[in-house]
Amino acid sequence: MALLEVQELSKAFGGVMAVQQVSFRVDAGIVYSVIGPNGAGKTTLFNLITGVYAPCSGEIRLDGCTISGQAPHLLARKGIARTFQNLQICMNMTARENVMVGAHLALDCNLLRGMLRWPALRRADAAQSAEAAALMRYVGLDDYIDSAAAAMPYGALKRLEIARALAARPRIVFLDEPAAGLNPKETGQIDVLVRKIADSGVTVVLVEHDMKMVMNISDRILVLDYGKKVAEGTAREVRRNPAVIAAYLGAAA
Amino acid sequence: MKRRGIILLGAVVLLLPLLLPNAFYYDLAIRMAINAVVVLGLNLLIGFAGQISLGHAGFFGIGAYASAILPTQFGWHPLAAIAAGATAAALLAALVAKPIFRLRGHYLAMATLGLGIVIAIVLKNESAYTGGPDGMTVPPLVLFGHELSGEKPWYWVFAANLMFSVWACSNLMDSPFGRALRALHGSEVASQGAGVDVARYKMAIFVFSAFFASIMGSLAAHYVGFVTPNVADFSHSIELVTMVVVGGMASVLGSVVGAVLLTALPQALATFEGWETVAFGLILVLFMIALPRGLVPALAARFARRR
Repeated sequence: MALLEVQELSKAFGGVMAVQQVSFRVDAGIVYSVIGPNGAGKTTLFNLITGVYAPCSGEIRLDGCTISGQAPHLLARKGIARTFQNLQICMNMTARENVMVGAHLALDCNLLRGMLRWPALRRADAAQSAEAAALMRYVGLDDYIDSAAAAMPYGALKRLEIARALAARPRIVFLDEPAAGLNPKETGQIDVLVRKIADSGVTVVLVEHDMKMVMNISDRILVLDYGKKVAEGTAREVRRNPAVIAAYLGAAA
Repeated sequence: MKRRGIILLGAVVLLLPLLLPNAFYYDLAIRMAINAVVVLGLNLLIGFAGQISLGHAGFFGIGAYASAILPTQFGWHPLAAIAAGATAAALLAALVAKPIFRLRGHYLAMATLGLGIVIAIVLKNESAYTGGPDGMTVPPLVLFGHELSGEKPWYWVFAANLMFSVWACSNLMDSPFGRALRALHGSEVASQGAGVDVARYKMAIFVFSAFFASIMGSLAAHYVGFVTPNVADFSHSIELVTMVVVGGMASVLGSVVGAVLLTALPQALATFEGWETVAFGLILVLFMIALPRGLVPALAARFARRR
């Protein structure tokens, strides 16, 4: 059974059909990419699956259980984590604290015990702090472990988002344009990182514009255009699909 | 850095009585400590969680009047009255939190402002219980058979209260609860994505800071021995918010510094006779232009850069 199943999902904003009758399945442990021209509905699709928007119709199933329309914080409990296209880093905190927020659900969040420096809570928190540092090294942020988030460059913040998503120990992670705005060298590093995450057993769903990266690392690719599914398949299949070529280069008149 | 600040504050609090020449200065120090604790609770909400409350004096007033009314008119033990006031403030906060936190920014400010005004009006108009605009006397606080009276014993009560609050709030903001709170300030969507139930956390910190304010209202009423509806006034709410902003948003020590400065300032300006409010306003404006992040965070940043 597929880990994630999306069935005939639709979302309209007023009269605009942002996502129309989109269906696909993502098997566990793969890198699944969603591509399409600007405004194709990729980020809306992500927002639907991760609970930011409620779908107008259709169904989303994780491991066979319906999750459509649930709030993001409840989906996080089910093993869904994500990053954001426009950075959503907490600039009022340090880099390491940002990663620790990712592990929110694993920690004791009691107010009173927090106030009184409860020993068990402090120990768990210290362990989480060490783990956050390890995760930051894992995504290549060795130099920023004790930095304030506000003092970090853009490329590092992109990785910080990934580290925060991984801190939740998710089953499936949604990366919304992790390489957007990065130079070719940095993009190559993200490429390696995404592969590393998938190989560690975390299913990766990716929205990305960098075609080289997408073609390199994706096990399967979904192509959207005007909110509709145009094609789906392996990189090779998608590349040859006339409908995809039409969507990207314009159809021959 | 933070720990050193707390130790320094503890030393100041311990040694201060050696420098206080008379009851007037004790009284001033006590009022600073009262404001500091309320401001600390308010800073958790405003500075750390990023949610404004312009009606916080209302909760302070609920505590003050609970300690005035329940012992005198219903024969309650003062400690039970303090607990009842704090519970009532917390319940009221919880009740209004759900609709209020659907709002953001200016709208949230207006809603909390309204709440504070409603509380102040109730205290003013229910004169059968509250004595109306003239206020009412508050019986002394009896602890373990001893009546607390005079500035010196009260100084130590409030000093202990302040030190515990500073320690506890500083711990809290470093705990998973506090991190979740700061995270929802930084990015609501990101914290939701990490599993933070944003609505619950906003409510929890609002309730908690209302609880805090109510307890301090009670203690302050016992100390002064008299309450008027002014304690719940809009201007008192604004005073508290100003202390948060001047001292430093999201800074535990900043709350204390803000409260100390703005409690002392009107006294220092009293020589200006009639012009003191103008001078007060001018100083605030200059503060906001020169140190928009507040005193303590700005100084801390300057300090860190030099090293």
